[in-house]
Amino acid sequence: MKLYLKIWRQLNSSSKGQMTDYEIDEVSEHMSFLEMLDLLNESLIQKKERVIEFDHDCREGICGQCGVMINGRAHGPLKNTTTCQLHMRSFKDGDTIYIEPFRAKAFPILRDLKINRSAFDSIIEAGGFIGASTGQAPEANSIPISYETAEASFDAAACIGCGACVATCKNASAALFVGAKITHLALLPQGKIEASKRVLTMVSQMDAEGFGNCSDTRACEIECPQGISILSIAKMNAEYTKALIFRK
Amino acid sequence: MIDSKIPEGPLTDKWNNYKAKAKLVNPANRKKLNIIVVGTGLAGASCAASLAEQGYNIKSFCFQDSPRRAHSVAAQGGVNAAKNYKNDGDSTFRMFYDTIKGGDFRSREANVYRLAECSAHLIDHAVAQGVPFAREYAGYLNNRSFGGVQVSRTFYARGQTGQQLLLGAYQALLRQVSLGKVVMHTRHEMLELVVIDGKAKGIIARNLETGELERHVADAVVLASGGYGKVYYLSTLAMGCNSSAIWRAHKKGAYMAGVSWIQFHPTSLPQHGENQSKLTLMSESLRNDGRIWVPKTAKDDRNPNVIPEEERDYYLERKYPSFGNLAPRDISSRAAKERIDAGHGVGPMKNAIYLDFSDAIKAQGKDKIEAKYSNLFAMYEKITGINAYKEPMLISPSAHFTMGGLWVDYELMTTIPGLFALGEANFADHGANRLGANSLLQACVDGYFIAPYTIPNYLAGELNTPKPDVNHPAFDEAETAVRAQLDTFLNSKGTLSTDYFHKKIGRLLYEKCGLSRSKEKLEEALNEIKLLKDSFEKDLLITGDDMVNSELEKAGRIADYIELAELMCHDALQRDESCGAHFREEYQTADGEAVRNDKDFCYVSAWEWKGKQQLPELHKEPLVFESVELAVRSYK
Repeated sequence: MKLYLKIWRQLNSSSKGQMTDYEIDEVSEHMSFLEMLDLLNESLIQKKERVIEFDHDCREGICGQCGVMINGRAHGPLKNTTTCQLHMRSFKDGDTIYIEPFRAKAFPILRDLKINRSAFDSIIEAGGFIGASTGQAPEANSIPISYETAEASFDAAACIGCGACVATCKNASAALFVGAKITHLALLPQGKIEASKRVLTMVSQMDAEGFGNCSDTRACEIECPQGISILSIAKMNAEYTKALIFRK
Repeated sequence: MIDSKIPEGPLTDKWNNYKAKAKLVNPANRKKLNIIVVGTGLAGASCAASLAEQGYNIKSFCFQDSPRRAHSVAAQGGVNAAKNYKNDGDSTFRMFYDTIKGGDFRSREANVYRLAECSAHLIDHAVAQGVPFAREYAGYLNNRSFGGVQVSRTFYARGQTGQQLLLGAYQALLRQVSLGKVVMHTRHEMLELVVIDGKAKGIIARNLETGELERHVADAVVLASGGYGKVYYLSTLAMGCNSSAIWRAHKKGAYMAGVSWIQFHPTSLPQHGENQSKLTLMSESLRNDGRIWVPKTAKDDRNPNVIPEEERDYYLERKYPSFGNLAPRDISSRAAKERIDAGHGVGPMKNAIYLDFSDAIKAQGKDKIEAKYSNLFAMYEKITGINAYKEPMLISPSAHFTMGGLWVDYELMTTIPGLFALGEANFADHGANRLGANSLLQACVDGYFIAPYTIPNYLAGELNTPKPDVNHPAFDEAETAVRAQLDTFLNSKGTLSTDYFHKKIGRLLYEKCGLSRSKEKLEEALNEIKLLKDSFEKDLLITGDDMVNSELEKAGRIADYIELAELMCHDALQRDESCGAHFREEYQTADGEAVRNDKDFCYVSAWEWKGKQQLPELHKEPLVFESVELAVRSYK
């Protein structure tokens, strides 16, 4: 099929970017979206032009490094799908596709479609862990965890840190990302001890990074490749309130 | 003669003997010692976090935008541990034996025993970190059986075990960043190792955002940069996985071992076209319930659902009745290739086999199968558009894991003092073939439990040696070499892209140094690689500038891959036997099974770089087996 692409090109974080038009032929429906971009880049190299920079790595939907806005939707039209798992059978011959980076104040653009998501790492640094050093662990079965708790914790832990939730949110809020980590750890007996401190420091870091507030539009939940529920935001809010009340 | 430094004493006591005698560094002195860790996968992140917890200063590097992206994240199936929670006959010795046999008796007994010995404690640690492993209804940890073993010792977190273990290690790493013990350098790529007075003392890294070359000095350097299966271009690996860190260390004097021992995973998705960049892995756990078959008649084009039972060849069950669909990876992959080459391949490109769940759905119900594999079935449908509850999956073998890597001794130290290699980057525990769910284990055990003893043992001797600084001539020399290579790429005037060369070297290796090899094909490959090398120098074209430039990043990796491919072929050619993943067509039985030659080849091949125009030099580390009999590896 033949496609008309409008792609965001920007040299660096301080320069002005713009949408640039490209045409691409011979796209097969079996190709992944990123393979389509590979093909376009190959043609740019042949013309001795600079390639379109985009982030990607595992190309199987788990590393969280890829992610662009496709026709205004984070990771494109499919539900629970990362950009790398999107295939060209979702498009048809003659389509025009708009491709832009994930945009948020806290995610500055490095070049073209590549962005800097280190704000997510800073939030985890602020408390998104259980402080168990190597060597301290007791026997694994000494603390049974119910099947339901383990499954619920996993559902939240499945977050891949891609940033689609932020990119799609009109407030550029990171509430789903932070809520998922809070929920993952607060549900487990091992994570409860630090739960109050964790939620306070992580939320405060989230604000410091320049993410917006959550206004419950649920857009994040719809675009999340891992289908993480906004109930994790509710859990974060509950943990936060609890922590404030019982703060010493 | 290379010294593997295996500790004295009986097999079961060696690690304890080592730990009892290892030198320690006084807590007050640890903050005076700096360690560079390259890579933030399970091995790198766990090592960096554990050493930082002890009080050392760590500089951690990854080329991705966050340490959480390292390719350990993609491991699906699980992690093995000899907990014997299922009371089904497992033990440390049993796990040791399975691993050493699975590796076709081409690994060191002492290392493999230590891996099994440390396995149980890894599960304890991961649970303490908050890894949400699968549980039974009573709240205890669940296990499953996994490729190639007869006990249930595999712990798992749905189909995302690697991701969950990595998040545990990543969070431990970032906790140390917040405590100021680790300085994290994301989007940085190590491009050279700096060796001073024969010891590893630093690296040159390129900042992939600014293009700047940086000098980093340390008292020890750890490479945990993963495997190089991506050398085949089409593989289950991430696009950025590369051999550059270990290859550049190799060219500075570290030996490479088991170089051509690459595992082809039996259950990846088949190739569908020329522009494909990746072969997605479907977890091997699917083989617990899926049955593998091809049509009995070659070139049978019918829809699989209409092919009657008696016209299907369940070839793994037929050839290996006691292991059936759970036969180890090398055997399953080779059997698949054999059927495909014989004309029984299925799918549009006739390059696949069927993995069929219809019997399991009939016996257990769709709900049960859904509960176990829903994410994998969903992923399969996303990629192929096919509903695997209704028709069998199409799968094929794909380059996956490198057993080979930097040669390391019992302390995980390379032949360069002060340079350590952990996880998939080293050649150590898996021999000529790795068992399923042992890779996450090895990466974690290396990083959490071994390096935190062996690196301090080395550092204790470094406290009083003078500290080099980044103005040392060795840094100048290393940076100049890196600069020169980057400039050559940036000034390239050819017509061909990096991907062109990557696909070329990949195809060549797949055909001539892949699932099966022969003297004739390997010699051809060596000649073709020479031509490709010349062409790469003349015909490469890199566009763009010296800042964010993915083509420039790829160019260095491909230059290294081409040299590595040459060594892979030398390694495969020299070893006149078949063992594990290394199947030499000249050495097989009448019914196509591998023939190992213990009399002449019971050693590890460790190769020394002698220069661009010279042949590599082979060093042999004899493998001595005191606790197991060298058996013919039969899964029949």
